[in-house]
Amino acid sequence: MRPSVQRYRNILDFALSSLLRRKGRNLALICVYTLVVFVIASLIFFVQALKREARELLVQAPDMVVQRMVAGRHDPMPVAQAETIRAIRGVEAVQPRLWGYYYDPVYGGNLTVMATDDTALAVESVWVGQGVARSMRVKEGDMISLRGYAGPMLFSIQKVLPEESELVSSDLILMSPQDVRSLFNLSEGLATDLAVQAGNPRELPTIAAKIVEQFPDARPILKSEILRTYEAIFDWRGGLMVVVLSSAILSFIIFAWDKATGLSAEERKEVGILKSIGWESADVLLLKFWEGSVVSLTAFLGGVLLAYVHVFFFSASLFEHALKGWSVLFPRYRLLPALDGYQLAVLFFLTVLPYTAATLVPIWRAATVDPDAAMRS
Amino acid sequence: MIQHPGVLALLLASGLVSLLLLAAGWQGLRILRGWNLQSGSEVQLDLERRTYLVSTLVANALVIQILSLFLFIFTAEGLHTQFVGAMCAAGSLAVNAFGYPTLLAKIATCLVAGVWLILHRADTQGHDYPLIRPKYVLLLILVPMVLAETWLQASYLAGLKADVMTSCCGSLFGQGREGLVAELAGLPPRIMQPAFWITLGAFVAAGVLLLRTRRGAGVFSVLSLAFLLVSVTSLVSFFCLYIYELPTHHCPFCLLQREYGFVGYPIYGTLLGGAILGLGVGALAPFRARKSLSEALPRMQARLAWSALVLALIFTLIVGIWMVLSPLKL
Repeated sequence: MRPSVQRYRNILDFALSSLLRRKGRNLALICVYTLVVFVIASLIFFVQALKREARELLVQAPDMVVQRMVAGRHDPMPVAQAETIRAIRGVEAVQPRLWGYYYDPVYGGNLTVMATDDTALAVESVWVGQGVARSMRVKEGDMISLRGYAGPMLFSIQKVLPEESELVSSDLILMSPQDVRSLFNLSEGLATDLAVQAGNPRELPTIAAKIVEQFPDARPILKSEILRTYEAIFDWRGGLMVVVLSSAILSFIIFAWDKATGLSAEERKEVGILKSIGWESADVLLLKFWEGSVVSLTAFLGGVLLAYVHVFFFSASLFEHALKGWSVLFPRYRLLPALDGYQLAVLFFLTVLPYTAATLVPIWRAATVDPDAAMRS
Repeated sequence: MIQHPGVLALLLASGLVSLLLLAAGWQGLRILRGWNLQSGSEVQLDLERRTYLVSTLVANALVIQILSLFLFIFTAEGLHTQFVGAMCAAGSLAVNAFGYPTLLAKIATCLVAGVWLILHRADTQGHDYPLIRPKYVLLLILVPMVLAETWLQASYLAGLKADVMTSCCGSLFGQGREGLVAELAGLPPRIMQPAFWITLGAFVAAGVLLLRTRRGAGVFSVLSLAFLLVSVTSLVSFFCLYIYELPTHHCPFCLLQREYGFVGYPIYGTLLGGAILGLGVGALAPFRARKSLSEALPRMQARLAWSALVLALIFTLIVGIWMVLSPLKL
């Protein structure tokens, strides 16, 4: 082996053994360090996983949704407008949609009621999501009662929607269009909104402009906008938490600084002996650098592993509520593991860099200590 | 500002680098003013000790700086979904006037900091701190550069505003932003192809001359910088077309993506590394007369020149292989 490589190896060996010699102190440092990495890593992984879920969900969403606004509030839309919109060049299909929210006073949650054209669904029966079935404690074949405009309405549960779709369908009740109309007292000829599909997504802004030109009360929302808004919200929430946690990072930095500055008499003596037997300041610097790297890498890997388990096996139970939003009927789901180099790099920047920067000056102080002064003290 | 964790990481990193370099610059100033190797006074001993502090600070700052260059591009890439019309990092960087200047400033600081480390390495080869003055003068140039870069990046990130949904007709605000869609076009391949091969030829020739006769270090340095500029221009102009297999896609950033096998990292790594080493050869040239370095310096220059040439050839090999194997023929 080349002598320069051998030198690095020897110094690394020495660094490891000197870390082991001060087990208690270094263990405390590594524990705190791991904890800081774990908290921030959980946050970054969770936000990233949620963003990915949102992106994958929205693949199915219509290119554009057109709502009607009256005095700045959402209002039912005349179905007749669908024909006019369909005539715009570039529009492939327009589908009037019928849906709404139903507040269930017994369970204290909002359910999403939606009409489906699926002919498999009979009148006066419904398909319900897992979350609904769970909170109402019902199963296939049971009856549920909803408060309609003209009095209570009974529906038989024809099917409970499969678990795979739970993230979207947890609070969903699907029923036939006429049932939705009688439940909410919506007259014929009105829809909640219109779903528009375009052949070429690059034409969407132009189509949206034409729609607004013809119907000044229309509010077109593009899929890309929804996606952008979701990303912005999740980024914002994640960033906000990082800002909140910056106090934790800061106190960790102070802790690390303090640990690195407070050289024990024994350590000073050790450096003094090393220098008097021929080590140069550069070698001691290298030794301290290796020590720091070992601590950082151990804590970083430990923190990342713990965070991975926390987020992808336990659905980030510590942060869930701060990041997911507020609702009564939460879907139960396991996030798909999604990790990439970029998130690890961000994590590295947020945790390892401040630690390294904080220990530079103390390390230098330790390395340039005078051998005779060190041994005499 | 967008409160993205990546944005926060970038701000933190540039703040740290500025802090480290300010500290290093302050120590450098003290060393420049008080340095007297003949003296055995306590002040001089203290200053000699402080040279270790400065080199530790700058070495760490440089590593952070190089990492943050890539993090910057990646963050810009990740944010592009939040701006109407931006397709990738190229679009995000164009969102305000500070994006591209920040990128250029980052590259420039990486180059200067790399040259500083080479000077430092040469300095440690001599027993009497032969390069102490030029080294600390260069450090004092590097400090304002890094501060300017920090300011540019902060202005860029502070100026970012996501195009989120508004409560009225949301989809219409993006219409005036057609400019972002415009692709980077670059110079025509007709000009750039011969220019690239000529520059490469001249660079290799200067390298061979330098290794044989130990002369022409300045020319070699200038050519290594020229090779960096011409290569990046050629990359945008025609090399990337072969990699993307698309005659209209000139983006220099998408190369860093998974879709193209992360080929951008070796490409930019070899280019940036080669330029730093090549510039280092020239930076060392004026000091060959120093007595304590008369043996070590020519050896070091030769090693640097070798490595710069090898990196340039690896770069050429990578893009050349793509050019030959790509189904796209221009």
